Amino acid sequence: MTTFDIELLVLLPILLPLSFAILMLFAWKNLQFQRIINVVAGSTGFIVAIILFSTIYVNGIQVVAIGGWKVPFGIVLVADNFSAIMILMSGLMGFAVAFYSIVTVDTANEQHFYYPLLQILLMGVNGAFLTGDMFNLYVWFEVMLISSFVLLALGGKQEQLEGAVKYVTLNLVSSMIFLSAVGILYGMTGTLNMADLAVKVKLVENQGLVTVVAMMFLVSFGIKSAVFPLFSWLPASYHTPPVAVSALFAGLLTKVGVYTMYRVFTLIFDINNEFIGTVILIIAGFTMVTGVLGAAAQNDFRRILSFHIVSQVGYMVMALGLMTAFSFAAGIFYIVYHIVTKTNLFFISGIVERIKGTYNLDTLGGLFKKYPSVSLLFLISAFTLSGIPPFAGFWAKFTVALAGFRIEQYLIVGVSLFVGLLTLYSMTKIWNYAFWQDEKQESEVEREFYKISINRKYLLYSPSIFMTVVILLLSFFAGSAFDFAVLTGEQLANPQYYINAVLGVR
Amino acid sequence: MLLFSVLSGIIVACLVPFLFKFGRKPASIIISMVPLSLFLYYLFNFGITDNLGYSESIEFFPALGVNLNFVMDSYALIFALIITGIGTAVFFYSSYYLAEHPYLDRFYIYISIFMASMLGIVTSDNMVIMFIFWELTSISSFLLIGFKHREEKSRYSAWQALLVTGSGALALLAGILLLYVITGKMNFSEINAMPGIIQSSTLFLPAMFLVLGGAFTKSAQMPFHFWLPNAMEAPTPVSAYLHSATMVKAGIYLMARINPAFQGAIEWETTLTIFGGITMLFAAYMALKQTDLKRILAYTTLSVLGTLTLLIGIGTPLAMQAMLVYLIAHALYKGTLFLVAGAIDHGTGTRNIDEIGGLRKFMPITAVAATLAAFSMAGVLPLFGFIGKELLYEAALQPNLFGYTTFAIVFLAALFGVVAAGMSAIFPFFGQAKYPNSKPHEASFTMYSGYVITAFLGLLFGLLPMIVSDNVAKAVSDIYYNLPVAVSSSMYLALWHGFNLVLFLSLATLALGIVILMFRKKLFAIIRKINLPEYLLPSKGYDMSISILIASARLTTKVLQNGYLRNYITLILITLLILTSYSLFTFSDLSVISLYHPVTIYEIIIAAIITISTILVVKSSGRLQAVAALGVVGIFVAVVFSIYGAPDLAMTQYSIETLTVILFVLVIYKLPKFMHYSKFSHRMQDFFLASAVGLTMTILILMVTANEMPTEFKEYYGKTSYLLGKGRNIVNVILVDYRALDTLGEIVVLSLAALGVFALLKLKKDDRGFE
Repeated sequence: MTTFDIELLVLLPILLPLSFAILMLFAWKNLQFQRIINVVAGSTGFIVAIILFSTIYVNGIQVVAIGGWKVPFGIVLVADNFSAIMILMSGLMGFAVAFYSIVTVDTANEQHFYYPLLQILLMGVNGAFLTGDMFNLYVWFEVMLISSFVLLALGGKQEQLEGAVKYVTLNLVSSMIFLSAVGILYGMTGTLNMADLAVKVKLVENQGLVTVVAMMFLVSFGIKSAVFPLFSWLPASYHTPPVAVSALFAGLLTKVGVYTMYRVFTLIFDINNEFIGTVILIIAGFTMVTGVLGAAAQNDFRRILSFHIVSQVGYMVMALGLMTAFSFAAGIFYIVYHIVTKTNLFFISGIVERIKGTYNLDTLGGLFKKYPSVSLLFLISAFTLSGIPPFAGFWAKFTVALAGFRIEQYLIVGVSLFVGLLTLYSMTKIWNYAFWQDEKQESEVEREFYKISINRKYLLYSPSIFMTVVILLLSFFAGSAFDFAVLTGEQLANPQYYINAVLGVR
Repeated sequence: MLLFSVLSGIIVACLVPFLFKFGRKPASIIISMVPLSLFLYYLFNFGITDNLGYSESIEFFPALGVNLNFVMDSYALIFALIITGIGTAVFFYSSYYLAEHPYLDRFYIYISIFMASMLGIVTSDNMVIMFIFWELTSISSFLLIGFKHREEKSRYSAWQALLVTGSGALALLAGILLLYVITGKMNFSEINAMPGIIQSSTLFLPAMFLVLGGAFTKSAQMPFHFWLPNAMEAPTPVSAYLHSATMVKAGIYLMARINPAFQGAIEWETTLTIFGGITMLFAAYMALKQTDLKRILAYTTLSVLGTLTLLIGIGTPLAMQAMLVYLIAHALYKGTLFLVAGAIDHGTGTRNIDEIGGLRKFMPITAVAATLAAFSMAGVLPLFGFIGKELLYEAALQPNLFGYTTFAIVFLAALFGVVAAGMSAIFPFFGQAKYPNSKPHEASFTMYSGYVITAFLGLLFGLLPMIVSDNVAKAVSDIYYNLPVAVSSSMYLALWHGFNLVLFLSLATLALGIVILMFRKKLFAIIRKINLPEYLLPSKGYDMSISILIASARLTTKVLQNGYLRNYITLILITLLILTSYSLFTFSDLSVISLYHPVTIYEIIIAAIITISTILVVKSSGRLQAVAALGVVGIFVAVVFSIYGAPDLAMTQYSIETLTVILFVLVIYKLPKFMHYSKFSHRMQDFFLASAVGLTMTILILMVTANEMPTEFKEYYGKTSYLLGKGRNIVNVILVDYRALDTLGEIVVLSLAALGVFALLKLKKDDRGFE
């Protein structure tokens, strides 16, 4: 591949969704066309992500200076290992959700720009994963925020609007804090380019001030990734929109916050700053516990899943807070497994809702008897999420715990293991109620479900089957996957790779 | 090949749905051939040829050195043969016992996975791989206990077993990790070679107790035992297989397997002896209180598990030998008795020992098997159980940490064991015929063949102990650190040891047991009446922790997720304030702020206007006033911009402010009357919070301006704007060229906002109204 090809390749994850979205808007009355284009967009996005991933794997970090401006004066896009992994995950999600949306999203939503919004959301997410510029990151946050807000509110049920208002308000607070922090950082260093910042921040005389700014970033990204005590917007909103949207948000959107946290706290701020590490660990511990407790208090399939996102984010943040190359590797593996698993669980909850017409555990039941294959899909993902071997979730928890033990952080590891038990509790609770217990009576919805054509049923199941296959692959090739995570962890722990790649360009 | 044999159960589990396409009967028979062929494979390939210590290794998780290391030594072989041997009996038995059950296929899937996992536990040299199989047994056990999942009680018991063993497993995982941290090794073979390093580490005790947490929950030691009697909700073949012969011994397996690493440590021996002893005695007593056949057997199993733990705790080579013999004997007789209990249930429709008696006339073959097993359990000459009991007594009489107390406990538990044997296997078959409903019937051949064989094996091993003697001796050296060859070679099993103290004690146990059985009616009446206070029962503890969990979950959620946006914002700002101000005052030098900036009169006037307008915004009672005041704030901020050399920005701000006010007025015009939602106290709270955040930001900005770094941007933009960007207005060039990507993003945001507004209004209009 020539340099030009690679540069184009790095840009495609942003440009493709945008182009497809515009294309769909031209035919916004034609739903069939939009569905097809959306599937095409999802598939191309996934393929591009795979190619980008393998290119980075072979050729190392790639940097694109937009407009050809000399670094750091323009905006750069940077694709290192971590970005490549995240782009791959976003491609995977876009692909699966494209299919899943067709059966689960109702026509009214589809008629009101559902698909273009979905693509723009992916564009924003990819932009955030690729950008090497602080202010540009803010712009991608805005793109994500506005598209996700509309997706959340679309449909206009009271519950949805209530959730969406909380979502958007609290995320705006986050943006505001983020913007102030970027401003202060710019005031101190005179630059916005992340690699350049990484160099200049070390030269700042008043390092105490740098720590203060770090705390502002922590709060801002903490809101985005839903950590304790900033997570309230997530459980307030994630259970309200169409389930395909919930799945996408659950899998991908919170991970953008986590991604930026990893990026900023490894690249710009010193990973040897003990204060930052300790604060992150404390937050992580509370996040794990409060999230899992929140889930234990719920009695609704999707709400349990939503609260669990919080708890799981705690693990990812914990891996960051441990601040070693190995812990980053464990955290990255965790992020990847969690994206796939959580999305799949939401997919399955959607299937269940499609069959039974409810998410309420008290009225659900009898699924194991009538739908053994759905049960199997759920069981695999549920055990994966609970960290039960031999599934990927076990390796994720295992490596995070080991990372903690290696630097003698016994307390937080203990907390993380205990939280794993409570996760198992919630997952088996869903299993006991929705799957094992007898159903009270067959609902009207279910009789409707029998009438659905077999092809549509396959279309409903296939995204979940696909995700389950991914989970199994990730479980049985955990060793190889983790090897790549280790490389990525090394790259994060030694920001010099990133800095050289960016500042060495032209 | 070894790997394949271990995993074959999982492969079969995947094939079960296809096999069942050929009919239930043939499928069950084909599946039942799997444990049988595995049994023969292990017997001939390892047992008879002495091909031991055989190992295979496949790379699995290279970053951590977790490899699939499978080793078959003498110790593992004992377990492998029990697993596949009892497995064969259980698989065949179930094909008849559950013949009518609609989920027979699911049953075989679970139990095949279970068998594979159990084999995995005993053959894995790598601790992490062992742990994986360990958890798999918990899962298959969960699914099997909940097999009758339509019953609330089954679900409860399955859940309880999973959570109790699951919590133990987490402890075990932590223990394994700590051992890895101490030694850098993950294989038993390596860990066991370095007891010195491990026991001198500061992490030794935590690691040991964590490992024990796993072993004790799995092997149901007090106070974690309660899940096991509840697990009797599972179909009887499952109880026979998982909850008596194999899975519950996984903890025992682990303790003995890791014994070389911990051996000699006083804490290790004390803990095992105490927990084992208490479990042994308490469970044996509890067994006498039961009337359900399966529950009697469950409690006696518990008692045996306690015995095995105690023997590992005593820790002498003799105790280890006793442990192994006792374990084999128990697997044989208890497996038999559980299957017999299932046959009785199947034949009579009840498992209540008060309702049955004299069944020997109707079930003669089963009666023979039951009698043999009961004799082995009671330790009657010449059954294998007798040898086990002799060794047990001998080991308990050896000098140990607790002196004769140990022996007293062992003796009492053994005595209760004799009574339980009589209750569960003799009286149902002898005496006056008694049955609740229709006439009982004998079990079918597929059912009884398995347990008849296991019962007779108990007799065979008793008469010819040399069959197992050699392998047991080798197994002792597998689980004992540096066993001298002389000791190992002098270990042999014999039925007859001559007239000595131990023989006398054995006979005394039997005789006393028989006496008790003769007066059983009165005794049981008393024992059943004594009820332990409820709060002493650990099962209550489990229920209580679950309720505490739910209560604290509700409380946390109520506090953190209270539904009020205002509270959420407050929480965020407080967090921001704490984190920033703490680090500000701890790490930075505030003295760099210079308070003597030259201030012009304009600035003072502008600041005053902004402040007054802000107060007006907050205090105003009408919407219109508030919006107007807000507009004033905006305009004067723009004035600041224009004074400090940013006319472009100021112009933009003027127009935006004007537009916003106009739009606001348009919207407000349509809104209902202004209402006060907030209380005074809330307002004060908000006031302080807002001021604190504002103050912190001000300090931050003052500090930044105190030592600003020179930026290269201005110079670069100045130089290149016209030459390369072809524009004289630098701001324009920044927007459309230097940072064009930002502008693209913002355009998208604006278009999307427009689309969104349209979509939200339109969709709302389309379906009208709220839910």
